[in-house]
Amino acid sequence: MSKNIILCGVGGQGTILASRLIASACMGKDLPILTAETIGMAQRGGSVFSHIRIGKGANSPMIPKGQADLIIGFEPGEAVRQLPFLKKNGAVVVSKRSVMPVSAMIGKSKYDGDAMIRYLQKEVEHLTVVDADLAAEELGSSKTLNVVLLGAAIRSGELGLEEKDLVKALEERVPERFLELNKRSLVWNK
Amino acid sequence: MHKEFLMGNEAIALGALAAGVNLVAGYPGTPSTEVLETIAKRSTDKTYVEWSINEKSGMEVAAGAAYAGARALVTMKQVGLNVASDPLMSLEYIGVKGGMVVLVADDPGPISSQTEQDTRTFGMFSKVPVFDPISVRDAYEMIQEAFDFSEKYGTPVIFRATTRVDHGYEAVEVKDEEEYLVHTFEGFVKDSSRWVIFPKLSVKNHGLIEKRNRELAETLSDYPKNQILPENAPGCKKGIVSQGANFPYVLDALGEKNARVMRVATPFPFPERLAVSFLEGLEEVLCVEELDPVIERALTFLCGKYGLKVKIRGKLTGDIPSAGENSPEIVSGALQSFGLGDNVAHADPENREQAPDLPVRPPVLCAGCPHRASFYAVKTAMKGLKTIYCGDIGCYTLGNAQPLDMCDTCLCMGAGIGIAQGVYHMEPDTKCFAFVGDSTFFASGITEVINAFYNQADLTLVVLDNSTTAMTGHQPHPGTGRTVKGQVVEKVSIERVLRAIGLQTVETVDPLDFGTAVETVKRMQHEPGVKAIIFKSPCIAITKPVAKSKVDPEKCIACGKCIRELGCPALILGEDGKRAKIDVSLCTGCTLCEQICPVHAISGGGKKEEAPRHDQRAKESKAEEPKTEEQKAGGERI
Repeated sequence: MSKNIILCGVGGQGTILASRLIASACMGKDLPILTAETIGMAQRGGSVFSHIRIGKGANSPMIPKGQADLIIGFEPGEAVRQLPFLKKNGAVVVSKRSVMPVSAMIGKSKYDGDAMIRYLQKEVEHLTVVDADLAAEELGSSKTLNVVLLGAAIRSGELGLEEKDLVKALEERVPERFLELNKRSLVWNK
Repeated sequence: MHKEFLMGNEAIALGALAAGVNLVAGYPGTPSTEVLETIAKRSTDKTYVEWSINEKSGMEVAAGAAYAGARALVTMKQVGLNVASDPLMSLEYIGVKGGMVVLVADDPGPISSQTEQDTRTFGMFSKVPVFDPISVRDAYEMIQEAFDFSEKYGTPVIFRATTRVDHGYEAVEVKDEEEYLVHTFEGFVKDSSRWVIFPKLSVKNHGLIEKRNRELAETLSDYPKNQILPENAPGCKKGIVSQGANFPYVLDALGEKNARVMRVATPFPFPERLAVSFLEGLEEVLCVEELDPVIERALTFLCGKYGLKVKIRGKLTGDIPSAGENSPEIVSGALQSFGLGDNVAHADPENREQAPDLPVRPPVLCAGCPHRASFYAVKTAMKGLKTIYCGDIGCYTLGNAQPLDMCDTCLCMGAGIGIAQGVYHMEPDTKCFAFVGDSTFFASGITEVINAFYNQADLTLVVLDNSTTAMTGHQPHPGTGRTVKGQVVEKVSIERVLRAIGLQTVETVDPLDFGTAVETVKRMQHEPGVKAIIFKSPCIAITKPVAKSKVDPEKCIACGKCIRELGCPALILGEDGKRAKIDVSLCTGCTLCEQICPVHAISGGGKKEEAPRHDQRAKESKAEEPKTEEQKAGGERI
């Protein structure tokens, strides 16, 4: 198996932890894995991405454009930003909840998150839209959006990992007191 | 051996530990920071580790250890090497006894830096050998080899990685602790003819260094990481030479293509014999590298020296971009134009419709960041006056963004104070402000303050003290009273340092007490000479909110002042698209918005004390009742 996966969102949304969970799951299955992360200034509310390459054959962690099997978008506009990386017939899992940039809030730029979702619905056949607000309400926390998205990614069939692989990764990486919430998040809306 | 999934910087750290490093010093800077942090976390008490106050200090501490025969590592980002360049330039003339590696993380792009300087070029300038890893695994092995090499040749060596290696992750086989080398050393042996730099010694050693580096160009041709991939080569007239994170891009783009490929692992001294053997028989070579055209220049030079008729292409010929980070697409595109590699089509495969306008998302100050309150207080106090706001390096550079717009200049660590001084001397009627963070103050602000004070400048120093080195991930510094190993030590007080310099007016204020903050700035800007306000409030990442603010929609008059003037990410428009709303997932209860709301529609924030804030502050600082007129006005003169 070989998979190229891009996680993207806004700094602070938890993309790096999600990337580490995928890596843990791959390590557990002895799959070769390379990743590259955005660390630094952009973590302060800027656009961030993680590139993940699972399986043999890749030399660099950076995925070339048009070669991602799956994009997991933590934010609609950020998913659209990464869309040129998606391969033909690739899958997108995206959170419906948009994060307004400060520049748009103060009227210096424009941003319409719903237009991004409509664009994705038109352009991406294999699309899963996750209702993050509903998830947060039902789970009682908005902090596990990353795990909710990973659950949806498993069920899209393009992550190349199974639920039990991620459960094991959660058990390895998540503190005991948050584990139950994270496990529920993984199967939310299953 | 065991396998671990490691960040490049973690792999470098574990490699250094496996090589028996005895002392590690450094100053935080993206993308280098995690090397020292990992060593602090994973080392035993036998390894000495410190966050130095700046890179120059770190370099000197490491040099001292290496003089004693110990193995030493100093870590920094590329611009940090500028600060440490004075000791490094001289150190190369003196040399080392124990292995000493200077880890410098370069930042093509730049992603989190001021410059796109190339430390390989710095290696040439300082005559220090340079190692350049291509991947996480490669870096783990190479750092160990770099220590051996440094010790063998008695020279410091530069280990230069770039962001995609530093912040890449890979599963790597690493040594167990029992397998680590134990490096024992004899200690410092007095010998003033060796350790004291004088002109006579310098000219002698200069000659020896040049001779050694010529010999190393030969020796390094046999270093296994300088390699030619001959299996790809039958009858091929075109060659690719690459380095660092670009090398895997080249391999990915070439796939099964027939090409001769060379990797340059030691750009200086350049592996001459190997490179000449690579060039022989080729007609054209493309150099795929980032930052400076180091390889391209070296090969062009060799073609001249050996009379080789090979066309060398790269940045100088416009085949590779001369600025910015190379991506897999740029590399495969360049290979394609060069006549190699067509298997990676990077055009948008779906010919999608034009996407709607993407959100513009520059990094911003976090919700509840105390820097926002400090900037807003100064902005409010100085409204309508002729001012300049000189910024500096840290999270607070983000004060430049709208709507705050409070950073008129930013150059390098500590520079804001000097720039404010220079502007004052030319424009005495401008109210000059220099903003500096607590860690930056210790790194390079203190000498600048002394210069301004001594030379009779009139400016306001604003120290933004959030009790941590925030931008690079919350490292301790002298003001925090904590070391990297968690040891509790005596704090260095910024206020006392400023008073010791001789500043007459120094005040410490909580910027989240908006009224007092504005009043303090208004009052102090009339004081003559250099005066300082220390806005002290901890970074939101190291504190917890007690309660979050809430907008009362009944009271909110939808004036938009809070959103428009503060630009806090937690302040958003409510469902009606007019009234303000607090994003509770982001709010930290700083209460700044509560204090500026003209109709008091926002309340409930958790950092609000029961007693009026300035009373609380007075209680905490054990201030006595004001006695003199000056003190009644709020000054803390001594």
